[in-house]
Amino acid sequence: MSTRMFGAPVKRNADSKFLKGEGAFVDDIPLPGVKHAAFVRSPFARAHIKSIDTSAAAAHPGVLAVYTCDNIGPLDIEMPLLIPHESMTDARTQRPLARNDVYYVGQTVAMVVAVDRYVAEDAALLIEVDYEPLDVELDLEAAVRDGAPLVHATHPNNVAADFNQICGDPSAGYAEAEHVTRIQIQVDRSTSAAMECRAVAARFDPITGELIVWDTTQAPISVRGGLASILQLDEDKVRVVAPDVGGGFGQKVLLFYPDELLVPYAAMQLGSPVKYIEDRRENFIGSSQERTQIHMIQLHAKKNGEVVALKDFFLHDTGAFIPYGIAVAQVASTSIAGPYRIPNIEVRFQAVYTPTVPVTPYRGCGRPQSCFAIERAMDQLAEDLGLDRFEVRRRNLITENQFPYVREGLLFADGLRVSLDSGQYHKALDMVHDSIGADDFPAQQEAARAEGKYLGLGLAYYVEGTGLGPYEGGHIKIHPITGKVYVNTGLSGQGQGHETVFAQIVADQLGVAVEDVILTEGDTGAYDWGVATFASRAAVVSGNAIYKTARIVRGQTITAAANMLEADPEQIELRDGAAWIIGGNRNVPLAAVATATNPLRYAFNDAAQAATQFAPASRHDGPPLDEGQHPGLEATDYYSPECATWAYGVHGAIVEVDPDTCSVKIRKYVCIHDCGNMINPVIVDGQVMGGLAQGFGGALMERIEYDADGNPTNANFVDFLIPYATEIPDVDIQHLETPSPLNPLGVKGVGEAGCIAVGATVASGVADALSSLGGHKFHHTPITPSMIFDAINPS
Amino acid sequence: MKPSLFDYCSPTSVGEVVAALVADPGAMILAGGQSLVPAMNLRLASPTRLIDLKNVADLADIQVDNGVIKIGAMVRHRDLELNDEVYAANPLIRKMMRFVAHVPIRNCGTVVGSLCHADAAAEMPLLLVLTGGTVTAVGPDGSRDIAAKDFFQFHMTTSRAPDEMIVRANIPVLADGAGYAFHEFARRQGDYAIAAAGATVSLDGDNRVTRARVGACGVASTPVLLEAVEQAITGAQLSQSTIADAAEKAKDAVTAPDDMHASTGYRKHLLAGLVRRVLGEAGQRAAGGAIK
Repeated sequence: MSTRMFGAPVKRNADSKFLKGEGAFVDDIPLPGVKHAAFVRSPFARAHIKSIDTSAAAAHPGVLAVYTCDNIGPLDIEMPLLIPHESMTDARTQRPLARNDVYYVGQTVAMVVAVDRYVAEDAALLIEVDYEPLDVELDLEAAVRDGAPLVHATHPNNVAADFNQICGDPSAGYAEAEHVTRIQIQVDRSTSAAMECRAVAARFDPITGELIVWDTTQAPISVRGGLASILQLDEDKVRVVAPDVGGGFGQKVLLFYPDELLVPYAAMQLGSPVKYIEDRRENFIGSSQERTQIHMIQLHAKKNGEVVALKDFFLHDTGAFIPYGIAVAQVASTSIAGPYRIPNIEVRFQAVYTPTVPVTPYRGCGRPQSCFAIERAMDQLAEDLGLDRFEVRRRNLITENQFPYVREGLLFADGLRVSLDSGQYHKALDMVHDSIGADDFPAQQEAARAEGKYLGLGLAYYVEGTGLGPYEGGHIKIHPITGKVYVNTGLSGQGQGHETVFAQIVADQLGVAVEDVILTEGDTGAYDWGVATFASRAAVVSGNAIYKTARIVRGQTITAAANMLEADPEQIELRDGAAWIIGGNRNVPLAAVATATNPLRYAFNDAAQAATQFAPASRHDGPPLDEGQHPGLEATDYYSPECATWAYGVHGAIVEVDPDTCSVKIRKYVCIHDCGNMINPVIVDGQVMGGLAQGFGGALMERIEYDADGNPTNANFVDFLIPYATEIPDVDIQHLETPSPLNPLGVKGVGEAGCIAVGATVASGVADALSSLGGHKFHHTPITPSMIFDAINPS
Repeated sequence: MKPSLFDYCSPTSVGEVVAALVADPGAMILAGGQSLVPAMNLRLASPTRLIDLKNVADLADIQVDNGVIKIGAMVRHRDLELNDEVYAANPLIRKMMRFVAHVPIRNCGTVVGSLCHADAAAEMPLLLVLTGGTVTAVGPDGSRDIAAKDFFQFHMTTSRAPDEMIVRANIPVLADGAGYAFHEFARRQGDYAIAAAGATVSLDGDNRVTRARVGACGVASTPVLLEAVEQAITGAQLSQSTIADAAEKAKDAVTAPDDMHASTGYRKHLLAGLVRRVLGEAGQRAAGGAIK
């Protein structure tokens, strides 16, 4: 048996091409004669459009078309609500091009198509839009008060959704409690800031009637379905390809962005390929963002620290529209109790319209906020009761014998109940306790203070429901000439390493090298059943679908090879690209097996000639293909999870606050992490570290700023601070592997994990560091130098 | 993010550059392009013509001559930073240059370009102010030297006339025996400073300050000399307490309003802390040992 690839630190298959600049992104797709789109965007956060004059733009040399809501035919609609929910009434979604009103700075009002992007931008500036600006309220808490200016006249108090969930018997819990800790926390808005902004290109072939769309989307199959519906085309006449994509992080899972509809429409109208390459400013003002939530959380506890009930109310900023439904708030609300038993939970949220860029999931999707709420509250509870922060958590963690731990009454974002499936929560806490040096820390802290240095220990625990359904599929075919294995799945990659981990799964089952397994994903022309890449679900859902499919192809291969070698299937093993008699030298290459399983075979190649040296691959009477038999080594299968599988982890940090510069240095950072069985520890480490980096950004730097009129004031990389490599500390990442009992591979999702607990950990550490300088609690991220200054210099 | 239409020319002499400026009032000079080109792409700048200096002779020279470091208009940051003769003549320059953006930007960007861009939080304008340097401007009527304090008028505004070209910057060498220091705080390495402070300090044998220059950037509409700090420290015997008292006087120099990266109160506090550090470090260099 060859070395098992599942679990091995295999190098990423795709890195070589990316490092050499050989990736093919949307803007790299060669499209002779392509025309370029540019947009006119609203300069007002809320305004009524009195008139639009496109005449000068239309007459500008090089302009092919100017579109407003009046000449886009079937696209002049409110775009789809992706996930309806009973808590929303009359959910508002955006129109591709504004009609009558605009609702945020950056909303698309008109589109110009021209011979190049320069001319398109010149012409866009010639479009005159007469706006009547309206009042706005940007403050989330003020926006829900009576009398606040409304984003949508249809929604009093700007409330888009109001949802209350109950687990257990909260009233009984409140009555039983001996102490209540109450805090208010806030997490501010950020953006995923993928390296590649969004991009769409389209070409319509009038001969075949096929529309091809290249899109940076995380959801090509859904985009295909939606486009076909809106344009009234058969799905098989629309092919959507997500080529190499430079990062998604959730922003690219929303559909539709206006350009995703308008660019294909223009390509059909103009009979010419059209593309739109979003620039960075447009990404800041036109593509989804996330995070702003304000939680008022209460922990009702006994004197010994056992939390008997949790009550949380929070405001969730959904921006000007709510196209993705309540997913972000729902994930936050159902993750609010973290890894703790807390038997009684009452959690209610209001999603609030604000005249800002719409909010849809960004890596973490509500979890960083709920983690921040429960973990800062746990620290406060420890302080209130005079308990150690580790100890108060220890007294509440779910124990190993309590899994699956069901929170009856809470429905997760997939509409299924919250059931934490497995974990070693106590062990992880002990690991972080020892690795961060918690026992020695108080003495270090005291010694440092004597020298005028302020050290703090930060701690935060999180859980993450991953691998949501409903399903994904896998298709596998062994190529009859080269013996290479081609794999398809419906979701798409944005740099995660799917091509490597899926290859590892298949390599083990078919006995081939990882580099001989070739994945094509994100192309509806190759495979068109499936959902999308989000919710840390690719390894769980597609991974298991591909595993199940590989098992089928393995069975086909062994049966055929046994026939060819005139042996029993039990005597066959697959390794080194061939089927072997166990313990012997006799073998048949997979290429020959694949060739032999096709009754029509051409003797063009070595594999075909080799196949003739063996007995037939199939033993049956009658026609060449038996009833129910198909040619070749090929299968398709699906995996549909019964519910989410819950990963978790705990972070610890030693931070130092410089009271002169009011800045935070991370002296030591430990991340204990459990995503079940790891398919590839190198890729898991990369995912966790990447998430941590975004977490440090959210903890200390990243905040989308709007002025009181709703103008974004830092829509660029000069003033919106994503951390550089120089700002990211080394992190000691340690893994536990508690298999998920829910799926054959025992895996859990890892994509979002890293970012979730960083804000809470850093805030916990900063508060501890400055506990002797005023005792500010740091219940708000990002923690800026000005905030630290205010905390230690109360005016 | 595409620039509007512009013309381009690539003259070979300073005279031709000035003639091009005279001929087209909407023209702008392109040196390293590290600020101008992004500004054009954002259409924050829409020059009618770019006058590219790359083919103008002799602009990339660095000369240390008669107590002055002369830096031509096409000297890249990185060339100045790594020049050993410059380091020997005034080590403060290398110290400050390490804070100018990042190496790839320093490989392209020019020192004189940064001076002409005149960002109030940038290090090179502070260097010119702190050292009492000048720039040499050439216009249709000849050339003139402009002192640093007269050159910087406001954030991104200088006293260069529209038809003048700055052909070089002139920075004095460090006085014999003087100590020097520079500290900056930005939220990310290489960003524009929230505040930065530099100092040069000369001491007598008794550790009394005979001459001090202290400057800051990021705190006002131009880089500023912290004269109140200089006055407080000059003549005093340098000690941790005289330094701390003098540093407090830096706070009044902060006139920048609250912005997204810093409140005014924080910026005053930060500047005082940075001034304390630079006075201590410069004093230590001048004294040849720690300041008590």
